[in-house]
Parts: sequence; C-alpha cells; structure tokens
Amino acid sequence: MSVMQRGSAWRKLGVVMAAAVSMTGAAVAAPYLPTDDSVVLERLPEKLDPALGELKRMRVALKADPANLDIALIVARRSIEAARETGDPRFLGQAQAALAPWWSAADPPAAALLLRATVRQSQHDFAGALADLDRLITKRPGDGQALLTRATILTVQGRYADAQRDCARLLRLASGLVTTACLASASSLHGDAAGAYRGLTQALLRAGDTADAREWALTLAAEIAWRRGDAAAAEAHFREALALDSRDGYLLGAYADFLLDRNRAREAATLLAGGTRNDALLLRLALAEKALPDRRSEFAVHRQQLADRFAAAKQRGDTLHLREEARFRLDIEGDASAAVALALANWNVQREPADLRILAAAARASGDGEAGRIVAAWLASTRIEDAAVVALAGGPAR
Amino acid sequence: MKRMIVLLLVIAVAVPAFAHKASDAYLTVARDGAILSGRWDLALRDLDLALGLDADGDGEITWGEVRARQDAIAALALTRLAISSGGEKCTLQATDLTIDTHTDGAYAVLALAGSCPHPGPTLAIDYSFLFDIDPQHRGLLNYVEAGESRSLVFSAEHPRQVAGGDAGGPLAQFAAYVHEGVWHIWLGFDHILFLVSLLLPAVLVRRDGAWQAATKFRDAFWDVARIVTAFTLAHSITLTLAALSIVSLPSRWVESAIALSVVLAALNNVFPIVQRGRWIAAFAFGLLHGFGFAGALADLGLPTGSLALSLAGFNIGVELGQLAIVAAFLPVAFALRSTWAYRRVVLAGGSTAIVAIAGAWLVERAFDLSLFAPLAAG
Repeated sequence: MSVMQRGSAWRKLGVVMAAAVSMTGAAVAAPYLPTDDSVVLERLPEKLDPALGELKRMRVALKADPANLDIALIVARRSIEAARETGDPRFLGQAQAALAPWWSAADPPAAALLLRATVRQSQHDFAGALADLDRLITKRPGDGQALLTRATILTVQGRYADAQRDCARLLRLASGLVTTACLASASSLHGDAAGAYRGLTQALLRAGDTADAREWALTLAAEIAWRRGDAAAAEAHFREALALDSRDGYLLGAYADFLLDRNRAREAATLLAGGTRNDALLLRLALAEKALPDRRSEFAVHRQQLADRFAAAKQRGDTLHLREEARFRLDIEGDASAAVALALANWNVQREPADLRILAAAARASGDGEAGRIVAAWLASTRIEDAAVVALAGGPAR
Repeated sequence: MKRMIVLLLVIAVAVPAFAHKASDAYLTVARDGAILSGRWDLALRDLDLALGLDADGDGEITWGEVRARQDAIAALALTRLAISSGGEKCTLQATDLTIDTHTDGAYAVLALAGSCPHPGPTLAIDYSFLFDIDPQHRGLLNYVEAGESRSLVFSAEHPRQVAGGDAGGPLAQFAAYVHEGVWHIWLGFDHILFLVSLLLPAVLVRRDGAWQAATKFRDAFWDVARIVTAFTLAHSITLTLAALSIVSLPSRWVESAIALSVVLAALNNVFPIVQRGRWIAAFAFGLLHGFGFAGALADLGLPTGSLALSLAGFNIGVELGQLAIVAAFLPVAFALRSTWAYRRVVLAGGSTAIVAIAGAWLVERAFDLSLFAPLAAG
C-alpha cells in the first residue's frame, strides 16, 4: 500500500470521526442516590464464572509480591484466557498489569515474552508482538506456542508465505490437526482453498485432539467451505463445532454471518438472542433484526446501543473496532462513504477475509475507486477464493 | 508439549477485536476563576479491583457495600488526581457520592470541589487512577471554562494534560499569555540584571581606558536597540525550540549558565574587555536565557490546542516587559551619564553588586545549595 493511499484513508477516517464525535455526549444520565442498601448495583464477572473469583485471589497474591514471575505468569495467562472467553478487554489490561515488571524490559524471560506478545497482538500492536515473537523464537527455536502465535499474526497481516513457514515448523512440535489447521489458515487464502480444505477434513477424521483444537479446525473448515460456496459442508462443520462449544463468541459470530448470507435472519436472531453484551455479536443480532419486520422495536434499541458503544470507543481513542464499525455504518446506517473510510483504515491494520469483505462491500456501495483498486489488486495477488468478495468486486455473480 | 500447544491455541486465535467496552472513567472539571468544581464517574467494577468493594464475596456489589467504603473511595480517588495552576497545587475535595449508569454498568459518581490559590491561564491535571491495575484504562476529561468545553484523554502513556488557556477565545488566551510573559521578565531578576548589565555602559563611551559620556542620545539609543534586539532574537529562538520540545537541556545546567552570564556581563563593566560587540554577547547569552523562559513556560503549561498562539503571546509578553524596562532606564541613564555618581556608583558599584549576587546564584544553582533562597526565585 502506498503512502498516498494510506494518507487518503486516514483523512477520510478523520472526517468520519469528526462527524461521530459531534454526535457523542447526547446521552447524559443523571446520578441518583439508591434508596436501599440491598440494591444490587453491579454484577461482577465472577458471578457467572467462579473461576474468575480464583483469578481475583491470585491477583491479590501478586499485588503482595509483584516481582514474582511464577504468580505473574499465572495471572497474565488466566487473564488472557478470561479476555478470550468473555470478550472483556478489562482482563487484557489486567494481563498487562501482571506483566508490568517485564512489560518494558528489553529482554524479559521467555514465558513473559510470549504473554506480552499475546497481549500486544490483542491490542493490534502487531509490530510489537512480532518483535517479541522473533526474539523468543530466535532464543527457543522449538517453542511451538510462539511459532503458532506468530503464524496467526502473519496470516492476519496477509503474509501467507511467512506464516506457512512457521506452521511447517510445528510438524514435530504439535499435533497433526494443529499443524494442518495452521497451514490451512494461510494456504486457504493464498490460492489453495481446495487443498487446505481437503487436508483439514482428513486431519479431522483422526481422533485424539482436544475439543478446543477440533472446534478451531471445524470453524476454519466451515469458513473455507463457505468462501468456496459450499453451503451444505459449511453448515455441517459449523454445527459440529457448536456441539463442542456453543458459547464461543468467534464461532457464534462466524455462524451468524453464514446464516445472514443465506437469508436465514430468524435463525441468526435466535442464535444470538443472549449475546447483547458482546459488541461483535450485537452487531450481527441487529443485522438479523433489520431483516425481520416483526423485530422493528428490538432493532431500534440495538442500533442505538451499537451507536453508543462505537461512540464510547471513539471517545477513548480506541481503534480496535474499525471492522465492526465499518459494517455498522454500511449495513445498518447505510452510510457508504463513512464505511469505506473505516474499512480502508481497518485494512491498513489487518487483512483477514472479513476485512477484505467489508472493504469490497463498502467500495462497491460508495463507488470509491481507491478501495475498489485495493480489493482487485488483493484478489489478483493472493488468489484468495471468496465467492462473496468476487461477486462484490464485479466478477461473476454468486 | 502437545498439551501446551493446545492451551496456547486458545490464545493464538484470540485475535478478533474485543467485544466489550474497556475501562474508562469520566471526569468533568469546570473552572471559574480560582474555583474548581466537577464530577468523576468511576466504574464500580474498577473500584472493586482497586479496593475490593464486594465485601461478602458474592459477586454482586450492593449500594450498602459501596456506602460502607465511601471514604475509602474518595480517599483513593483524591490521591489519583492532582490539579495545579500557576505553578501551584489546587485543593480538591470529594463532597458527595451518588450512582450513575453508563453503557457498561454502574458507576460511583464523586462530586468534586476545590480552589487554586494563584490561578494561571492553564490548569495542569495529573491523573493516575487504575493505571497500576489496568494500563489500558482511560480517563476521559471534559474540561469546562467560560462556557466552553473540550475533551482530553488521560492514559498510562499520557497521565498529564494541560487544559484551559484557550478558553474565552483566541484573543483572551493570547492576552493571558502576554500578561504571563510580562510578569515573568519583571519577576525574573536574573534576566533583568543581565539586561541592565549590558545596558549600563550604553550611555557611555570608552576612550583611552576611561569612561566618557556619550555625546548623542541617538548613539546611545542605537546601542541599546542593537543589544535588546540581539537578546530578543536569541531567546525567542531557544524559547520556541524548547517549548516545542525540539531541544531540551537540563534545567540545573541552564540556570547555572544563566547566572554565569550575568556574572560575566557585569564583570565586563568593571573590567571592560568587550565594548563594541556587546550585542554579540547579548545574542550568545540570550540563547541561554531562552531556555530559562521555556522552563517558566513549562511550569505555566501550554494548551495543546493552540500552542503557537500561546507561545507567541508569552514571547511578546517577555519583549514588552523588557521594553518597559529599557524605556524606564534609558532616559534616566542618559540624563545622569556625565555625573561621577553614574560612573562610580551606578556603573562600577552596581556592576560589582550584580557580580556578587549572580556569583552567589551561580554557586547555589551549580551545587544545588540555598544561600539566599528568596532572591534566587527568579
């Protein structure tokens, strides 16, 4: 991407942000004095998951001994897992706090380096995360965890050949399924979706992996199948994955996207009925409700909630939600020019299939030439097989 | 090994953007003259992390549990917020605690009241709530002054924000910084003494190893004009470079060098070495004095929104203050130039006194001592 293109994308984003900022501050609630001591004001995360109560006690122990690497690693790792499970970024901040003595260190212990890279990756500091992982892998070439994490980031950045090199090194370090899924993530986006899918389904036939690994591989297989236009296979993989974990936010979002693509909005709305605390799922829920005439009032509420949450994120200078916000502006607010600016800014950070798709959709809706050229160039250079994007980019219709 | 990989697998695919709101607190600070008021909304979840509000450990925070820790909440909050103006700390109290709801849950709302003893054009706010527990926390500040409000964000990387100084429109802001600039040169004895040391001989001419009265006012005037212009030009350059953080020097080094410049300028009047080129000395040492002005401006604070305007205002204020000194000095000195008293008492005696005072500053500043603190305050 040229500097000029980037500058233009950020300029457009600036216009959108200025417009959005002028809309914030609309909802100013009035403080009140609760009438009764027994009124419950807040439910803490550990109310739903007692394991988080244990994490809280570990954190107290760490506070008494902040330089204790062993406790710090446990707290950081469990906080990252809690962030992943609940989608709550407060836990990521707490993971960073647990790593505080090593957070700015030039050469922290290997285990701290890995967790620091993971937190940085989650904050979209891909350059910082990669620098940590490069250092770690140089020190410990057989660290499968580090290789897998680096491959994931490289895939997100669209650096498929580099990602595949890391995946290949997993062969003797991880199970066949993990290695195959790692390779398939990259190769399915790089002109070999058929081969990636075949390898993945064969690896899935073998037993012996954990539910987590199988769920990951099944979700991946479903996404590849749907990008290739095979709805029946995608459906089967999604259902098998959901049987393993029906609460995984990423999986729920991916399946909801599939259902929305298939015009099965009612099923999507049912699937996501309980997911309104999670922004990404709330977005899909609102998209489903938009298509359902009997859900007008729910749609209006959820649309406003999304607008409030994007405004709140903007106020704190958060740019972790560009992809979701672009989709919100395009598919819910119908503001194609705002959407394309957001999608372009997002494209400068991450290049997953979902990022390409929103960019293509926004480019088409807005008629933005620059975005259209980026999509066309990406399709040509990576040979990614994605029926929906090809259709949006003006190729043969699905 | 395989088990370990699978554990991390969960982490490795955690790339998708996070779905909830991160930790924010909402701070409103309003200023009216010396009086501060405001409110601070702190998430109960965050306060629970910092103080452990959930006394019975049932995962729920009740109003009774919040009320029981009311004092602890206020005490914690007030140690995490410091406001100062005009280089002095403002007082701050939490006067009330209520509850409010934001998109991500319930917040404790502290009502704030305070005052600043010597309010300057800006307000410096240091914010450190929760950064030790969640470095991704943000403090979202809404600053209100003269009916205008603006937003600033505190983060672990930017825990200090300078607000105000741009309230009341650009003209009022500019005027406020001009005012500060004038006062700074008048209260900064070291700058005045340096200037006076260079100006004292301007109404005289050195001939055959002795001082003689200048014959024409015009000659004296142009001599002064050259010196003042050179000094101004030089300190404007370094003041700007330092205020924009392009160049920075350790303040102890700068302050010591300024004292030395005063010693040398005064010494040159007692034992004249440099005569014709005093404007060159004014320029060279003026570069140093600019760094000194920048230090004062840093204490005062520059509003980020309109940095250039405030900087220009301060600089112009310094020039105006300086010109006022020259305007008062030159006619009197010219009138007295032929007298014995001017040459002996004012020039020789005055310069000797300046050497003594500035010499003491030099020792104090270079060795971090306090010989006669009140005078060195400039």
